[in-house]
Amino acid sequence: MAARAKLELRGVYKSFGANHVLKGIDIAVEKGKSLVVIGGSGTGKSVMIKSVLGLISPDKGSIKIDGQETTKLRPPERDAMMRKFGMLFQGGALFDSLPVWENVAFGLIQGHAMDRKQAKDIAIEKLRSVGLSAGVAKLYPAELSGGMQQRVGLARAVAANPEIIFFDEPTTGLDPIMADVINNLIVEASKGLGATTLSITHDMASARKIADNIAMIYKGQIIWHGPAKEIDHSGNEYVDQFIRGRAEGPIKMEV
Amino acid sequence: MSLSEQQSFSVVGYSQVFLQKLGSAALGFFAAVGRLAQFTGHGVSHCFTPPFFPRLLLRQLIDIGYYSLPVVGLTTLFTGMVLALQSYSGFSRFSAEGAIATVVVLSITRELSPVLAGLMVAGRVGASIAAEIGTMRVTEQIDALTTLSTNPYKYLIAPRLIAGTLMLPVLVLIGDIIGVFGGYIVSIYSLGFIPENYLHKTWEYLERMDVISGLWKAAAFGFIVTLMGCYHGFNSERGAQGVGAATTNAVVSSSILILIFNYFLTQVFFTGK
Ligand SMILES: Nc1ncnc2c1ncn2[C@@H]1O[C@H](COP(=O)(O)OP(=O)(O)O)[C@@H](O)[C@H]1O
Ligand SMILES: [Mg+2]
Repeated sequence: MAARAKLELRGVYKSFGANHVLKGIDIAVEKGKSLVVIGGSGTGKSVMIKSVLGLISPDKGSIKIDGQETTKLRPPERDAMMRKFGMLFQGGALFDSLPVWENVAFGLIQGHAMDRKQAKDIAIEKLRSVGLSAGVAKLYPAELSGGMQQRVGLARAVAANPEIIFFDEPTTGLDPIMADVINNLIVEASKGLGATTLSITHDMASARKIADNIAMIYKGQIIWHGPAKEIDHSGNEYVDQFIRGRAEGPIKMEV
Repeated sequence: MSLSEQQSFSVVGYSQVFLQKLGSAALGFFAAVGRLAQFTGHGVSHCFTPPFFPRLLLRQLIDIGYYSLPVVGLTTLFTGMVLALQSYSGFSRFSAEGAIATVVVLSITRELSPVLAGLMVAGRVGASIAAEIGTMRVTEQIDALTTLSTNPYKYLIAPRLIAGTLMLPVLVLIGDIIGVFGGYIVSIYSLGFIPENYLHKTWEYLERMDVISGLWKAAAFGFIVTLMGCYHGFNSERGAQGVGAATTNAVVSSSILILIFNYFLTQVFFTGK
């Protein structure tokens, strides 16, 4: 890898009691590139992203952002690091108690100490960029459809122009057409910012659309990674089974 | 192995299993106490360090204080009324009806207003705090706060702890007045007391400490209720079931803690031990 990695995980382990979720994750994302990690439900994809964000502290291993180790950061440094990040949660995780515009402006007001008026203008602009009119701004999240909530979540994730954006299953629960709309918006938003992105999904259509590179997680480890266009010729039977969505193969569902 | 040897072996075996069970239960208990203590420490320290969220605090003051007024008012009103009736039927047996006013005011201010207000607020406020914060935990809104550079202890916990601790004494003071008024109406209109005499008796033996101790209790109970709501919500397990359990646990644990702390606070205030 020629360019220095923007984001790098080396030997990351995490267990919850006897449940060993991550067992030595190694991945790297170059600056400005988009990596999509695919894998089945419950394989630890969300735990991996939350470890990078510092929401979960890994048991072992190294996580570097811009070459700087982040697993042992103290709170003020962690705050500074957090301002480089944008995150779109599975299901949006919008604040129910706040109107849409305040959701989008939240990071600007709290994290970047911007005054409310200016933050509101930016929020409305960001909402427009994800295809939502100014009329939506004063609604509450509960009044929106799933697709609209996800758009608001996207607007919130990119509101403060982050350097690295994380997407946790951005299309899960949406119909295929709405999913495609969200995928396009994700590509547009991250290319527009020149941001590095790390996404996780089990939706292959989504992975093909937004990935420069794809990695597959299985049993707590990365078992394959490569350019997105090589995914159909990976020569890895686990990957083949997953992308074709077959019940038969080396991956056995624990039911 | 003889029969008696076998028996004594199995007794040892059973007691070993029993001790192990006891030990792990005790360890679990101390771990839970430790987690709660750590949560309390975090929560309280974030009450005193900036940034503060005055808008959120105001909203909690209104939610916890103003909207609990009807519940607390009704509870203390009827408690004062029933207290007058009960003490009349008791005291009239040895012609001590004159003590009714004193009994009403002392019971209300020292015990009944703080404890009943605390329990009612535990049901109303403790449950809703646990449900709200639990839902935020389960839907990852608390994680979202952190990624948006906002400390959830400052944003969610501190305003609720402050509002609970400040508003319960206010509620209890109002409850004191309403409760005494309840005793007054029953005494005047149904037991035939003379208003001036009754009011005079109400004031005659009342000491400042009777009221103040009740207000201190109220502050402690307000802290307990909001702390339990926040703690159980914050540590809610996944899913709707997790939030339901958090809500129940918040109400049950705060109610029990109120009764326990009430005993010890009473002991501290009135026996000085
Ligand atoms: N905070 C937590 N506490 C305990 N177990 C957890 C926690 N978060 C995730 N897990 C467990 O880790 C495993 C992976 O979860 P997750 O990363 O959410 O899967 P997914 O790949 O579907 O995103 C699951 O077995 C889950 O139960
Ligand atoms: Mg997940």
